[in-house]
Amino acid sequence: MYEGTPGFVEERVAHGETTVVVEPAQLVDAGRHLRDEEGFNFLSDITAVDYLGWGKAGVSGYIGTAAGRDLNTPMTQGYQVVPLAKPKRFAVNYHLLSITESPRRVRLQVWLDEGEPVATVIPVWPTADWHEREAWDLMGVAIEGHPNLKRILLDDDWEGHPLRKDYPLGGEPVRFSGEE
Amino acid sequence: MTATASRRTGAPIYEGTRIPSPIPTVLHTPPGVQATGDVQTINFGPNHPSTHGVLRLIVDLYGEDVTGVEAVIGYLHTGFEKNMEQKTWWKCITYPERIDYVSFQNNEYVFVGAVEKLLDLEIPPKATWMRTLLCELNRIHSHLVWLGTSALELGAISMFWYAFREREQILDLFELVTGYRMHTRYFQIGGLAEDIPRGFYPECRKFTDWMPNAIDDYETLLTRNKIWLERTEGLGLLSAADAIALGQSGPVLRASGVDWDLRRTQPYLAYHQVDFRVPVFPEGDVYARYRVHMQEMRESVRIVEQCLDRLESMEGEPWIADDRKVVLPPRHELHTSMESLIHHFKIVTEGFRVPEGEVYYAIESPRGELGCYLCSDGGAKPWRVKFRAPSFVALQATATCMTDALIADMIAIVGSLDTVMGEVDR
Repeated sequence: MYEGTPGFVEERVAHGETTVVVEPAQLVDAGRHLRDEEGFNFLSDITAVDYLGWGKAGVSGYIGTAAGRDLNTPMTQGYQVVPLAKPKRFAVNYHLLSITESPRRVRLQVWLDEGEPVATVIPVWPTADWHEREAWDLMGVAIEGHPNLKRILLDDDWEGHPLRKDYPLGGEPVRFSGEE
Repeated sequence: MTATASRRTGAPIYEGTRIPSPIPTVLHTPPGVQATGDVQTINFGPNHPSTHGVLRLIVDLYGEDVTGVEAVIGYLHTGFEKNMEQKTWWKCITYPERIDYVSFQNNEYVFVGAVEKLLDLEIPPKATWMRTLLCELNRIHSHLVWLGTSALELGAISMFWYAFREREQILDLFELVTGYRMHTRYFQIGGLAEDIPRGFYPECRKFTDWMPNAIDDYETLLTRNKIWLERTEGLGLLSAADAIALGQSGPVLRASGVDWDLRRTQPYLAYHQVDFRVPVFPEGDVYARYRVHMQEMRESVRIVEQCLDRLESMEGEPWIADDRKVVLPPRHELHTSMESLIHHFKIVTEGFRVPEGEVYYAIESPRGELGCYLCSDGGAKPWRVKFRAPSFVALQATATCMTDALIADMIAIVGSLDTVMGEVDR
């Protein structure tokens, strides 16, 4: 349905939601196309996701039924199920909405390696300003061409990007807890 | 052109766009004004009673004119989203309601609704109607807090007491149902945590019978009040095109003349089965935002009444889904069935699994589009949670609304955007 989007990679439909994956280099063109041709005039949200360690451990767990534990599904016996591999470390999701007569949503997605920049979409949707600053601040997604890219929720001198999976929990070092 | 005049002629709120460039959220003082040497930069907040929390504004003043403004946020950042990654889905429910502590039921629902979407879970009708009812009561509660505090900031102190009088009644209703006045954690994945207590319906009826009179009281105090009109009309203008470009939603968007309400356009819960109007005002000023809030409270009362009509005929129906994957077994089974006891233990300690995938679930919170993005790797904890906070987005419009404003209007304008800082900073 969205094959005409510049930089189109693939389109997925799951849980009643459409995801359009595009090449990061053509994100702005894709955004402009979706806004002007498809009517997605409203950017709801930008969400960056860190997939570091995704599927490394596998997942297992308890599956209950009315009669008790489900013994026929493998992962309830300790076997692990590994989720589908992801192409790169970071995904940036742009949740678009069409405020028109025929309201619909689409998720525009780009995949990035660490440090790989992605262009700002402020020229397409001005509301991207703070969303992109948040993605930089908390996830360390390098936004290229943003006119005011600085930390938004954390202090200006904060080190690291806390929503990354390799950011230590309890990030503040605690004294006398090591081998000193 | 004043807002009143544009209402008569049907003219646009203003020509072109007022979104500052290149940074859409920062209004810079024009170099010509700066050159006069009379511009002083003041710091407003972060601790100031009229910032609805801890918002800091850096304001350039030329006399009383605001020539530049930049909003600085983050003072209330607590890392909810990172915290939720460490908790089982079950334990996460308590977090979203603390993000926006004024519209807690709606926040609670958006997370529960998103998990149910990932699980593809069917919810019993009684739970759906009760959730609708509580979300609407919560909308009235949220609007009352907004009305009381915003009017207070403009000097109408009696408004605050009136609004909090009814707010108290709503909190009493929440306490009756859930045991808590705020942060109720009453929505469970699959339905409600407990059955609706006896005596709730008559008490709620008393409230819905009384509330329209109370709204009449508020409107008598404010709607045609000369001082209120002077302080709100024609201020903080935001055109429909700018509102959409800046991602505004909820009352702010509807006060700019855009007929958009997710309850109507993309219905969830029982909203496609209830009758309500979506108030839209074309003026795009603070007064229009006030009118939208007032009308919405009236509509919410109507929705609550319709929910009550339906719920009263559902006595004895289940309030939570019968799906042992995610729902705790009934209490009485724990005393007789070993399997149920194990099951209860496992769900509470280990947590249930949610299938791999990602969803974005959006509802109309009192403040606008409240979205919840969930990503699951198939395990018992979320991989990533993200909230699309309407207040966070609303604050981005500060610079645009503040064009040609006076310092005294700043309070009215920031107040009219109806932000809750807990939600802005998360």
